[in-house]
Amino acid sequence: MIVARTGNEAMAEAMRQINPDVVAAYPITPATEVVQLFASFVADGQVTTEFVPAESEHSALSACVGASAAGARVMTSTSSQGLALMHEILFIAAGLRLPIVICLVNRALSSPINIHCDHSDSLASRDSGWLQIFTENTQEAYDTTIMAVKMAEEIMLPAMVTTDGFIISHGMERIELIDDEKVPKWLGERKVVNNLLDVDNPITLGMLDLQDYYFEHKRQEIEAMNNCLPIIEKVQKEFGDTFGRYYPIVDEYKMEDAEVAILAMGSTGGTGKVAVDRMREKGKKVGLIRCRIYRPFPKEAMLNAIMKVKVLGVMDRADTLSTLGGHLYNDCRSILYESAKKPLMKNYIYGLGGRDISIEEIEEVFEQLLKIKDTGRIDKDIVYYGVRGE
Amino acid sequence: MMATLKELVQQGEKFLGGHRACAGCGATIVARQVLLAAQYPVVVGAATGCLEVISTIFPYSAWNVPYIHNAFENVAATMSGVEAAYKALKKKGKIDKDLRFIAFGGDGGTYDIGLQSLSGMIERRHKVLYVCYNNEAYMNTGIQRSSATPYGAHTTTSPAGTVIPGKLQPRKNLTEIIIAHEPAYAAQATIGYWNDLATKVRKALDVDGPSFINVFSPCRLGWAYPPEKTVAITRLAVETCVWPLYEYENGKYRITVKPKEKKPVEEFLKIQGRFTHLFKLKDQTPIKEFQAEVDRIWERLQKRTAE
Ligand SMILES: Cc1ncc(C[n+]2csc(CCOP(=O)(O)OP(=O)(O)O)c2C)c(N)n1
Repeated sequence: MIVARTGNEAMAEAMRQINPDVVAAYPITPATEVVQLFASFVADGQVTTEFVPAESEHSALSACVGASAAGARVMTSTSSQGLALMHEILFIAAGLRLPIVICLVNRALSSPINIHCDHSDSLASRDSGWLQIFTENTQEAYDTTIMAVKMAEEIMLPAMVTTDGFIISHGMERIELIDDEKVPKWLGERKVVNNLLDVDNPITLGMLDLQDYYFEHKRQEIEAMNNCLPIIEKVQKEFGDTFGRYYPIVDEYKMEDAEVAILAMGSTGGTGKVAVDRMREKGKKVGLIRCRIYRPFPKEAMLNAIMKVKVLGVMDRADTLSTLGGHLYNDCRSILYESAKKPLMKNYIYGLGGRDISIEEIEEVFEQLLKIKDTGRIDKDIVYYGVRGE
Repeated sequence: MMATLKELVQQGEKFLGGHRACAGCGATIVARQVLLAAQYPVVVGAATGCLEVISTIFPYSAWNVPYIHNAFENVAATMSGVEAAYKALKKKGKIDKDLRFIAFGGDGGTYDIGLQSLSGMIERRHKVLYVCYNNEAYMNTGIQRSSATPYGAHTTTSPAGTVIPGKLQPRKNLTEIIIAHEPAYAAQATIGYWNDLATKVRKALDVDGPSFINVFSPCRLGWAYPPEKTVAITRLAVETCVWPLYEYENGKYRITVKPKEKKPVEEFLKIQGRFTHLFKLKDQTPIKEFQAEVDRIWERLQKRTAE
């Protein structure tokens, strides 16, 4: 069915069709609508979910941990400070191998307080052991929310699916919905290994692990992350085979003969593709790479993509404040260390706090990258693009 | 309703020996007594703290029931989630057993950092029994004051010094804060009155809604007394009215154990190292103030039960 939906509506719609056993959540702009819409589905009997309107995000995720440990299929939604307040529990959910899914609407972290999009919230929790999937538009947000449930449950790691705050969350788009009954059918039941409610076979969860065991257990979690890309690929293929929409690990656009490219995440992928088309019309050999699966980092697929070009502009919508540039930029530099062939790389930190990035600006970035290709010189490797006085 | 020892013994142990608690630890007696009193299969959660740390050192567990530990401040939220999952799965026919849920938290995890999540759990009416094993300080991190620490007590963050004689503030009255939430059941209890405690646990597990029991739970290390005195101290706490045993049910208060004669607080204070400095002071005002605070709360409680 073709409908017009905002990103938040699409994610809420996916949650309605998934009909999780438990949703525990707390409102925060721009993710509030997801919670609100879901509450109305509960109120109208459109889902059979137990809804826990928690008194904070910390408690919301804590309740998700309890519910997931009890064998339930569990989801929540948040943004920015909400995710930051969940931070402590993110690690516990991953360490306990609980497949909780968060619909995360990306928003800048305070201070200064700001409600608009950048990626500082999810990226601040990139090391917590959660799968992180950045979506480009409403259709992808909807499809990925459904896929993430299956990925998380098969891998036994929690997952966050992100949309860009306001840009995707509040922007209305034409999307294709799957029929209601097909979603639960495709997902099947959650297979539970250990169940807290099985009183005849009591388990102890969240034990104290000292020097003698912690490392081994952590190693198992790391191994789950190390080995899960094929499962993610498999689920994406299953989804495509069933519903006709296929998603890549790393999205490559007009990269076959590209000489320069930009690498971005989230909605900038879409804006960038239009800029690529315009540049192509002018005969410029440019392309775009979009990092869709950010954690685990798709090392091989990313290397394969970025090696195709002579110059790469890495567009980060957050800074690490480490003096080393953005997250994606650092990840890419890291995977290139052993590579014989390396593109020249420039880091564009852009769009913090919702500062707009236009097609024209991305075209300008392309022009700069083309110039670097011609001269072979980068005068400044990290720039703050679109900030006054720069 | 009254539990008999014979009956309790036949329950089968749900909190087992072999854990790493100190000799004379009150918290482990709380866990054991509470679980023995439970007449339903239970799922247990614990907050970070002594009870959690001494009972689940991998690969050993003292819990003979399903158990989850999440973090320090969120056992109430965690058990809210477990109970929500139970409701959802029961509705869908995936579970048919009649289960009960118990959250254990120390006073720090309950009075202080975990108060918000406990308040939320009760407000949302999750059918969970929250048991605070109240040893009146953060023991796990080395005896720091909490808001449950009584006036005058020495702790490592309210030390008795040459100018300041221990903690300057009286303890927070958490039981009353919880009662203000109008839970289905709330009580104060202690391990020295096992029958009173067991009866309260049974009532709490039978009501249809959230319940709370604040269990006075001595810590031999933090309170500095000989380990064999744990139970005796709880009896002194009740006899001096330092820890009144009462319950709140259907909007009504009831004192469940009335001391025959109200003993002076000195009898409770003098056998514990955390108060010895008070007896060495030239000016005995702090002990008088301790007594005045105990009297004030006790009188107020008596008025409430008479209402
Ligand atoms: C967020 C957080 N802050 C601090 C700690 C450190 N910590 C662990 S247990 C504890 C004190 C527990 O005190 P209480 O709840 O009274 O239980 P007890 O140790 O006395 O049994 C503290 C401060 C923690 N685990 N998590």
